[in-house]
Amino acid sequence: MAEKLKVATCSLAGCFGCHMSLLDIDERLLDLLEVVEFDRSPINDIKHISQPVDLGLIEGGVCNAENVHVLHEFRKMCKILVAVGECGITGGLPSMRNSFTLKECLEEAFVRGVGTENAHIPDDPEIPLLLDKVRPLHHIVKIDYFLPGCPPSADALWYFLTELMAGNDPSLPQELIHFD
Amino acid sequence: MTSSFFLDGKEIPFKEGQTVLQAAMGAGQYIPHLCWRPELEPHSSCRLCIVIISGKPFSSCTQPAMEGQKVECNTPKLNAMRRAVTQLLFVEGNHYCPSCEESGNCKLQATAYHVGMQDSHFPHQFPIRERDSSHPRVNLDRDRCIRCETCVRASRELDGKNVFAIHGRGIKSRLAVNSPTSLLKDSGISPDDMAVKLCPTGALTVKRVGFEWPIGQRIYDKESLATIELREYANQEAVHG
Ligand code: SF4
Ligand code: SF4
Ligand code: FES
Repeated sequence: MAEKLKVATCSLAGCFGCHMSLLDIDERLLDLLEVVEFDRSPINDIKHISQPVDLGLIEGGVCNAENVHVLHEFRKMCKILVAVGECGITGGLPSMRNSFTLKECLEEAFVRGVGTENAHIPDDPEIPLLLDKVRPLHHIVKIDYFLPGCPPSADALWYFLTELMAGNDPSLPQELIHFD
Repeated sequence: MTSSFFLDGKEIPFKEGQTVLQAAMGAGQYIPHLCWRPELEPHSSCRLCIVIISGKPFSSCTQPAMEGQKVECNTPKLNAMRRAVTQLLFVEGNHYCPSCEESGNCKLQATAYHVGMQDSHFPHQFPIRERDSSHPRVNLDRDRCIRCETCVRASRELDGKNVFAIHGRGIKSRLAVNSPTSLLKDSGISPDDMAVKLCPTGALTVKRVGFEWPIGQRIYDKESLATIELREYANQEAVHG
């Protein structure tokens, strides 16, 4: 049997909707599992990429220091890196906070927020430091392909993966391009 | 005698005084455009309608059609330029399509689909722009404004008002509202104004009708931008000649 394509996936500042869409390819998942093998992914809960892989799929933009580290790990370990979904491509809805300063956002959530008691901004060292702005992935590392959509439809994901595996140009036809 | 020119090798008839874009649309050949509207004076600012004539770039919305002219339009190089121009329009504003009530009905977004835009390519600028929600029926979200001046022209030329203008220059230019307070609520705008209807983005929207159509039933869910624009142009031609 031909060697399986090694794939890693993760969600940074995303909502897991793109991963849901991947699961939404339904029974085609069984065909997919014949030809791909998952390394680090929320699907199997592996926490770090164990070896260089062929394909990395990243959902979500970059909002904190930990996201930056994970993104660099993916870039280092993945031959082909794909930004999946609006948040990875544009920053998406999390980047709506870019219209405000970080201080304004934190105070709104933790100090002035309705029903807050003992109001203070959380400062536990375990909590990753927030970046001043939410960034799309291509601001930080080179991204090889982009799969737009919020989330990209199961059909768009399927088209992309099958075309890529067949060695074809996986650019989406017009009817599969959506920004919502 | 009708005259004709050649668009990517295809013969296109035209009437005296028509632009390359008008003649092409009339002949069923879509050329991407955002700032041009058949009912308004051309503005020639978005550069999407770019064509090459005798080796030089022209905006086809202002370029008069000329006998025997050879026009390049749908070429890989020009399409890549159109894609880059569209990407620039996105990164210099703040476009959150997934939460925008115009999504699916937005000409800017549909143009991005048409030019095959799958990424932003350029760094996002995340500019800070002021929103104007002061009016009870009309909303102005400058994050989504591409400063195409469609509303400026439509307000003057079609609505007989003068509600909008552009102030500032270059990347700092913004849509301004012509009212004593600079707010929409004190302007003469009405939700039925062509200025609001013709805005190609979600920058000017009518309140309380957003998300009226579910995904799958919005304008560009069902048909492509090119198909719709060509049909509307043909209908308009049939009425106004
Ligand atoms: S105006 Fe159009 S392109 Fe901009 S966010 Fe709304 S739907 Fe997207
Ligand atoms: S509000 Fe709309 S019509 Fe007016 S300049 Fe902005 S994008 Fe163009
Ligand atoms: S349509 Fe010609 S420049 Fe905008």
